[in-house]
This record gives sequence, structure tokens and C-alpha cells, in this order.
Amino acid sequence: MAVKLEARALGYGYPGRPVGRGLDLSLDAGEVLCVLGPNGGGKTTLFRTLLGLLPAQAGAVLLDGRPLEAMPRGDIARRVGYVPQGHAAQFAFTVREAVLMGRTAHVSLFAAPGAADREAADRAISALGIDSLAGRVVTELSGGERQLAMIARALAQGARALVLDEPTASLDFGNQVRVLRQIARLAAEGYAVVFSTHDPGQAFLAASRVLLLAQGGALRQGTPQEVITGENLRAVYGVEVRVATVDGARACLPVL
Amino acid sequence: MTRRPRVLAHALALAALLLLTALAFAVGRFPLALGDLAALAANKLFGATLAVPPSAETVVMQVRGPRILAALLVGAALAAAGTAYQGMFRNPLVSPDILGVSAGAALGAVLAIFFSQSALVIQLGAFAGGLAAVAVVYAVGASVRRHDPILALILAGVVIGTLLGSMIALLKYLADPYNQLPAITFWLLGSLATVAPVDLAFAAPFALAGLLPLFLLRWRMNLLSLPDDEARALGVPVGRLRLAVVCAATLMTAAAVAISGIIGWVGLLIPHAARLLIGPEFSRLLPLSMLLGAAFLLAVDTLSRTIAPIEVPPGVLTALIGTPFFLWLFASARRAWQ
Repeated sequence: MAVKLEARALGYGYPGRPVGRGLDLSLDAGEVLCVLGPNGGGKTTLFRTLLGLLPAQAGAVLLDGRPLEAMPRGDIARRVGYVPQGHAAQFAFTVREAVLMGRTAHVSLFAAPGAADREAADRAISALGIDSLAGRVVTELSGGERQLAMIARALAQGARALVLDEPTASLDFGNQVRVLRQIARLAAEGYAVVFSTHDPGQAFLAASRVLLLAQGGALRQGTPQEVITGENLRAVYGVEVRVATVDGARACLPVL
Repeated sequence: MTRRPRVLAHALALAALLLLTALAFAVGRFPLALGDLAALAANKLFGATLAVPPSAETVVMQVRGPRILAALLVGAALAAAGTAYQGMFRNPLVSPDILGVSAGAALGAVLAIFFSQSALVIQLGAFAGGLAAVAVVYAVGASVRRHDPILALILAGVVIGTLLGSMIALLKYLADPYNQLPAITFWLLGSLATVAPVDLAFAAPFALAGLLPLFLLRWRMNLLSLPDDEARALGVPVGRLRLAVVCAATLMTAAAVAISGIIGWVGLLIPHAARLLIGPEFSRLLPLSMLLGAAFLLAVDTLSRTIAPIEVPPGVLTALIGTPFFLWLFASARRAWQ
């Protein structure tokens, strides 16, 4: 099932406090968009607007050609999944129970999930290779394990577009790589993925396109090679960065 | 932590509840043998010939029966409301009166006592007062934009609750110290001693009406324990669901408080204990919590009428039992949040 996530002349932010404006975006199945920007640069605000959690201040977000504003919550949830930044688990649900919650949009109001929903949840757990965690409780998982469980929940949702808010934040190096590997694999399977990060090098690893945000909206958009240059990174972060090629792969080296 | 036993916990809680109920019928100022109780039950249920003295029948049907049913009803209702609120407010230290239902009910009852109204009017006053207080709190909380809606609700509950408390204090100050003040104090302490069958007939439909949405929404309730953005991204209209839960929990609590007065601790302690036993999944947690709540309040009420020559107010006993129990739970649980 194809999916298309678009933004047209999108203004995002809060009433009386615009964060960004004039953003055009179009993401198809199999594409990965990496969103870069400074702290407070509006990445989360943009994501909340793309998910319909925050009303657009101007322009529109379109999901499969339909404006988000005209869609019921359940319709949105069946098309786009959200992996929040550092999900803080408050109650000791098991991983299987937490992933099953991803099925909400497929379960009618007064019902409990059925056999098909349980299968979908188990498939999502297997897809991320965390079967061994299924019976563990989310409050006792490490940050990396919890992040994988939250991605599994988004997969169980049946959505073909995924929005991940800083999925590698506060993860150790190995878990960062594991999450990026999942992102690349999901794109290969035909998901459209949007993720944000503070490490521009990750865009070379996992993204097909990059959106560079600065105060007031989009600064640059394009392929990683086009956008991630020393000049652009200096403009956004205010530090010197060398973009080097190591064994054919590109990497960002900050200059101290 | 691995999967906790499920059916076992419910079965044990039900067995304990049945045992306690039999015990509660047997003990008291007028002790009854378990054999006599069985004979009476056989007579009432199957029309067997009655072989116990009529005085025993009166004790069971007119005195202990309504009181025991009331303890079960109030205990289960407070525990159910507490379970819903603790999940919804994402906080295990929340009790059913967080949005001011008890304070509103107290003011309604105290007003009725102050104006020397009948027992029925006092009950109606308590019920209406509880509903009105929560309605005001919800309206205030919902009208404060640009804040976390959960925080706005809790703050509105605290502020309005304090206001209602000062109005109760004023009425106590003005009340006739020989007549009304003892009645007010007695009501505020909470008691099941004077519950009549008619009170049960009044409270039970409202309590059931409140329970129904919680039962129907039992799986979806889990989603309310997630942060708002996550629940909405999963397809849940959070605001509407939250309003439904507030209405349900308020109906149940107001119905309970109207016939029992304010009995603290049950709605705070029991859901927390049940969650430690069986985990946070609401459709399993709700029935266990209600069974434990009913058993706990019945045990407390039975103690309150048997341990001393005079009745010890059950609200005092729940605190005496609840405080150490809660502290023990808190200290022994690896993570209190669970």
C-alpha cells in the first residue's frame, strides 16, 4: 500500500507564536527524510503538526492526498504512526501489552483487541527482533529496548508512514546504530519515514533526503550530499564542521 | 518481571470476599451460627422451611444485610473510581475525590443538616453537591487553555476543594453545637451504621450507571495512561474519553459518598495494591480492584462494629489500617509507580 505525506506552504507553531512557515514537503513510500536543526528549532513542533496533533497555522498537511484537518483521528492513526521522543513509561505494562495499544485505531470503541490484533502485535515485535522482550515490563527496559518497543507499536498500528522524534537521543552508540538500521530496513520495505536527530552524520547513513530547519522555517531541503555541507552546518549550528569521505562513506567531523 | 498470575488473583480475591461476607453476617452484638445462616439462605433462596428464630431473620434481613451490601457497594465503587483516576491522571497517589467530589458532597450534606432537613434530603444534597463540585472543577479546568489539561484539572480540583472546605468550616462554626454539630461531625467521619434498604436502592443504580462506561471502555482505558500526544497519535480522542471517565467515576463516588459519608483511603490504597498484584492492564485490574475494595471496606466495617463497645468510625479505621499498609507497599515495591 503506497503512502504519501505532503506539506504545502505549511505554517506551524502556536497561535500568536509562529515557529516556521512556508514549508513544502513531499514524501513517498520508501523515502527517509532526516530533519536537522538546533535545539528549539521547531522539529517537534513540525512533527506534531505533521501528525495532526497541532493545527496547521497556514497551508496544509496532506496524507494520501487528503487534508489532515478533515480526517478523523482513527483514519490518521491508520496511516501515520508516531514514535515519541524518550517515551517515559509510567505504568508497568508488558512490551506485548504496550505494542498491542498500537492496534487502537483497528479496535472498535467498546471492544478489546482480537486474535488478528494480537498477531499483528506479535509480527511487529518479531520484525524488530525483540521477541525476547515481549513479556518484560516497559518500565524495566533500557532506553534502546524501549525505543525498539515504541517502533514496534507504530508498526502494529498498520501505518505506512512513520514519524520518529529523535529516535537515537540518549541511546548508546550500539543502540543508535540498531535504530538507524531499522529505519533503513523499514524504508526498504516501503515505509515512508521521517526522523529528527542532532547528529548530521546519521543523514548520510539512513536518509534519502534532508530538511535543515533554522529559526523561522526551512533553510535547505535536498539529498544529504546537497544539504549537509560545512557551510550549511555552520549556518545552523554556528560551529565549524568538515564533511569528509571515508572509504566512500561521508561523515561529519567537527573542528574544535 | 515476568507475567503475573491472572485468574488466580481474581479467584483468591473472590473467595476472600465470600468468606468475609459470611463472617460479617455471623459476628456482632447478636452472634449467629454459620449453620443458621445457611438455613436462612436456603429458606430465602429455595423456600426451605425456616428453622431459625425470627429474631435472627430480622438481624440478617433488616440490620446486617443492608449494612453488608452497602459496604460491598461503597468499597467496590470507590475502588473502581480510584482505579480509573489513577490510570487517567498517570499517578498512583490519586484518589477518587481529587476533583472535589467528596468536598462537594460534604458541603451538600452539611447544608442539608444545617437547615435541619430529613435523611433523604441530606443524601440527595450530598449526591448533588458531589456532581456539582466536579462539574465546576471540570469547567474551570477545561477553560484554562495553554496548560497541560491534566494539571489544570488537578489544580482546579485542589482550589475548589479548599474553597468548599472553608464553606463547610463556616457552616460548622454557625451550626447549633448541641444538635447539628454532632450530626455534621458524624456525617463527615463516614459510617455505614444507619444504611437502610432504601438507601441502597437509591445509590445502586447510579453506581452501576457509573460502572457501565468503565466496563465498556475497559481496554481503551489503558490508552489514557499514555501521554496525550501518544494516545491521540494512536487514534484516541483523548478529551472526550477523559470526560466520559470523569462522569463515570464521579457518579460512582457521589453515589457511594451519599450513603456512607466520606470514607477515605479505599479509593487510593486498593487500586494501588491491586496494580502491584496484577499489573496495570485495566480490563484485568478493574475487577480485581473492585473485589479487593469491597472486601477491604467490609472487613473494616465489620471491625468497626465489633472491636469496641461503641462503633469506631470506619473512616478512622481505614486510615489506621491503610497508612501502615500503604507505607509497607511503598517501601517493599521496587518501583512504587507500578
